[in-house]
Amino acid sequence: MDWGALHTILGGVNKHSTSIGKIWLTVLFIFRIMILVVAAERVWGDEQDDFVCNTLQPGCKNVCYDHFFPISHIRLWALQLIFVSTPALLVAMHVAYRRHEKKRQFRKGDQKCEYKDIEEIRRQRFHIDGSLWWTYTSSIFFRLVFEAVFMYAFYFMYDGFRMPRLMKCSAWPCPNTVDCFVSRPTEKTVFTIFMIAVSSICILLNVAELCYLLAKFFLRRSKKAGNAKHQPNHENKEETKQNEMNELISDSCQNTVIGFTS
Amino acid sequence: MSWGFLCDLLSGVNKYSTGIGRIWVAVVFIFRLLVYIAAAENIWKYEHDEFECNVEQPGCENVCFDYFFPVSHIRLWALQLIVVSAPSLLVVFHVAYRENREKNHNQKLYRSPGERDGGLLCTYLISLILKSGFEVVFLVLFYKLYNGFKVPRLVKCDVRPCPNTVDCYISKPTEKMIFLYFLVATSCLCIVLNLSELTYLIFKYSLKRYLKRHNKKHR
Repeated sequence: MDWGALHTILGGVNKHSTSIGKIWLTVLFIFRIMILVVAAERVWGDEQDDFVCNTLQPGCKNVCYDHFFPISHIRLWALQLIFVSTPALLVAMHVAYRRHEKKRQFRKGDQKCEYKDIEEIRRQRFHIDGSLWWTYTSSIFFRLVFEAVFMYAFYFMYDGFRMPRLMKCSAWPCPNTVDCFVSRPTEKTVFTIFMIAVSSICILLNVAELCYLLAKFFLRRSKKAGNAKHQPNHENKEETKQNEMNELISDSCQNTVIGFTS
Repeated sequence: MSWGFLCDLLSGVNKYSTGIGRIWVAVVFIFRLLVYIAAAENIWKYEHDEFECNVEQPGCENVCFDYFFPVSHIRLWALQLIVVSAPSLLVVFHVAYRENREKNHNQKLYRSPGERDGGLLCTYLISLILKSGFEVVFLVLFYKLYNGFKVPRLVKCDVRPCPNTVDCYISKPTEKMIFLYFLVATSCLCIVLNLSELTYLIFKYSLKRYLKRHNKKHR
């Protein structure tokens, strides 16, 4: 169980996302999770060992480290990524619920049901309409909120995004104000700025997706109202072609292993 | 053998669970297991090395660490995850037993081996009670062993061979405390989910039986 399992879960949701949603997912996995696992964890790996204070007083280093780093950058990022990925599960559960209902209809032999077999239901991609639209939009909203909260927490805890080389510490039992030196401050600053930049891009993508969904919703409503005025008996069938340009992303998606969509 | 085994086990249970049960599985996977592996494990990785006492006396640090941490937080956390997931095996075994029975008798004994009725419902309810029970037990254990969920910066130790009362400093106490509170919060959430599922199932099946009896009377 690791980030790969999260990838499997979210990969299943990807099928039902908009194009922007799929781009967001790609950015999340390649520029955030992969960077975290492959690079950032190594940079922060020796952080307490190589945190050196100019004193022989036992305990001073521990206390100063704890004072300046209440929660390590790397743990904060891991939590941020977990929280930001979680709202997609809401969508996965809703899709699973819809599939379950369709399977029940199919088994009952409902003539309204247009599927030929259970496999087709399993493979079917649902359009984002009705209650699924609300679930999807709420999930994007929560994603935005979590991203913003974590970015603010970061800024608040570390007074900005720069990692200083030297910190002055006077917490007990340090005898006086002692100089403490952080290991690899420049590398850490570079990675921090990178992660913040990618977070900002993700926020922008989420805002764009939200605007797109809202625009689609209002357009659909005005179309319906317009059709109802001119042809009250005409059945409005909508065909949405959303994701041709991202087919190669959707090709790599698989159904969730955990059975959310079974 | 690693956490992947637990994943497979819980994925197997997911098939026979209710909606709330599936939410419980998601919470356990994402907010407990993934957080444990991706973040928490590394915080406690060098806890013994980084535990420092203000004394040169050999053996004092070891003895003090052992005195204050009889079982490390992270080991208790891992045990809790394993023990809390184990009752789900009861359901899996029961379904396997039903399928085996059908195979041995070569006839259809049940409407569906995975359907939650009769004996399987009892097993499911027992597994829910056990899960909640174990969660509570571990939370109480955490609380009693460590005097609450706080991790102090400094502990005073006077166990032999330490010559006097010495100051010992724990590494990353704030970070450990944050993750302990996170563990407590997710445990409580899981207890709430288990109890809601229990209530929902008892209510649903009582209603079913009442309606059946009511229909029989009217006939």
